[in-house]
Amino acid sequence: MKRLLALVGVALLALVPWLPLGPARLYILHVLVLVLIWAFVGTAWALMGRFGLVSLGHGAFLGLGAYTTTLLWNFLGVSPWIGTPLAAGLAVLLALVLGYPCFRFRVVGHYFALVTLALGEVIRLLIIAERDWTGGSLGLTLKDAGAFNLAAIQFADKRIFYLVALAVWLVGLWVWWWVDRSMTRSALEAIGEDETAAASVGIPVTGFKLRITLLSAGLTAVGGVLYAQYVTYINPGTLAGIGVSLQIVFAVVLGGMYTLLGPTVGTALTIALAEYLRVAFGVRFLGMADTIYGLALVLIIIFLPAGLYGGLRELVLRRAAPPRAAT
Amino acid sequence: MDPLLVAEAAINGILLGGVLALLALGLNLIFGVVDIVWIAYVELVMLGMYAVYWLVTLWAWPVVLAGMAAVGLVAILGILVHLLIIAPILSSPPVNQLLATGGLLFFLQSFATFLWATDHRSLRLALPILEVGGMFLSFARLLAFAVSLLAMLGLYLFLTRTYIGTAIRAVSQDREAIALMGVDARKVYIVTSGVGGAMAGLAAALLIIQYSVHPYFGAAFGPLTFMIVVLGGLGNMFGAVVGSLLMSEVISVGGIITSTEMAYVVAFVLFIVAMFVRPEGILSRRE
Repeated sequence: MKRLLALVGVALLALVPWLPLGPARLYILHVLVLVLIWAFVGTAWALMGRFGLVSLGHGAFLGLGAYTTTLLWNFLGVSPWIGTPLAAGLAVLLALVLGYPCFRFRVVGHYFALVTLALGEVIRLLIIAERDWTGGSLGLTLKDAGAFNLAAIQFADKRIFYLVALAVWLVGLWVWWWVDRSMTRSALEAIGEDETAAASVGIPVTGFKLRITLLSAGLTAVGGVLYAQYVTYINPGTLAGIGVSLQIVFAVVLGGMYTLLGPTVGTALTIALAEYLRVAFGVRFLGMADTIYGLALVLIIIFLPAGLYGGLRELVLRRAAPPRAAT
Repeated sequence: MDPLLVAEAAINGILLGGVLALLALGLNLIFGVVDIVWIAYVELVMLGMYAVYWLVTLWAWPVVLAGMAAVGLVAILGILVHLLIIAPILSSPPVNQLLATGGLLFFLQSFATFLWATDHRSLRLALPILEVGGMFLSFARLLAFAVSLLAMLGLYLFLTRTYIGTAIRAVSQDREAIALMGVDARKVYIVTSGVGGAMAGLAAALLIIQYSVHPYFGAAFGPLTFMIVVLGGLGNMFGAVVGSLLMSEVISVGGIITSTEMAYVVAFVLFIVAMFVRPEGILSRRE
């Protein structure tokens, strides 16, 4: 039953681009593609975030992914089909280099967050410093390969990108679900609760943490590639560093990171809010949209600590479920 | 590479280190006592710099007076941040605490953009440049360094010679024990946030005489400040000063040898490696 419902849902989502969406069709489609890409990245972040591994440096993997494929394509003409596995591989390698010592030496909590934050800044600064290649803070435009080029993964038709993003997003959800059902999840939950206790019952703490981090980093890099292919313009400010890293975490926490669809709901809400404010204020009041956005985030975190979707879901489930027998 | 240039950069590094130390000490106090990283701490500095700038340019206040006003204003701001944002989430999960102050960062940056646009504004003070043995040193930096040293001395006396200062140190050493000692934690938190704010305000006054201010000023010094605090070790005031000097040397001398970005990269990588080797801070003894 549940499976059927999910299938119907996916089929409906796949049909969205062919619905009569009115004169703003292209804009709506554009926003939806962005939501799917960032929801995928958020889901990848939540893979590790839900176990207490709060990374404030996922921008590093995002930027590494986007710049790897874009540079390979622009300078060497290497297709993103080859570039993407390379990008994911590099991100996994970077996560390994950072993650292994982090977990081995038990860098946790605030310290883990700050180490990852430093990593995000390092990648952003390296991109700026290598300006001969990367265009520095001005960014880089993906070399045009025509209106429909399968080898270059460039499509002028937004509907195709919508389907691509939808597929990638579904893969992200599937990975989340797969981890959620596996032994790994129980082990990681135990680690998140109390590392020493987990180690004492024989859970290989370092190994489990490392694996989930590598997985999350690899997927995030793929998200970065997808963004670069879709927008065809990348710069270190939007794809690396502290800003984007915080945005990812905001969206996930807003939606609630302990549920399958939490990151997606959070991403949809933050993007909708940001877009609404941007359209409402335009360029007349520079900064006003972001001011309200920042204020809204602070208020939501103070008043809805479990996240919007997570909080609502809990409420509904508690209503629906029969009262548990006293233990 | 001209050795004189390197020497000049090294001295400038020490001078910058003094001001950074103020920020590191302020944040260290808050982090150590309240146990929350204020991601938006350096955004308060940015506001303080604007305060001095507008007081001087619009109302023609003397710079010294405007600087003092900034100290008071940012101290009040620090208390407000604590009461409005931190106090309601004291018992929330750490990720929510980080994000609440992260949201504040977005808010302050964008609000400053909205109010004052993205122009770089500087006071354009005609302070002399001193020539010492072929090196050129800015008087503004020397002045900032001297004031920083005095402020550190003041903070030291406050923390060691007053009742509330002693209570603050006690909290940063053992959070559970202080409630048993009859110290009002709420009051300690408020005073700490105020003192942390005052440090940010003073740093603002000392930075505006050297740099121009813009809404994204915090982005340059923010991450650096957290890293210095952690590098020096929580609750370790001496470590905060040593960490500041170390980081500012790397950035100042590294900036001369390579580029500013690469110097920051080296500083951040140094921080990451230090975290692996000495997670309790570079000056800690391994237990």
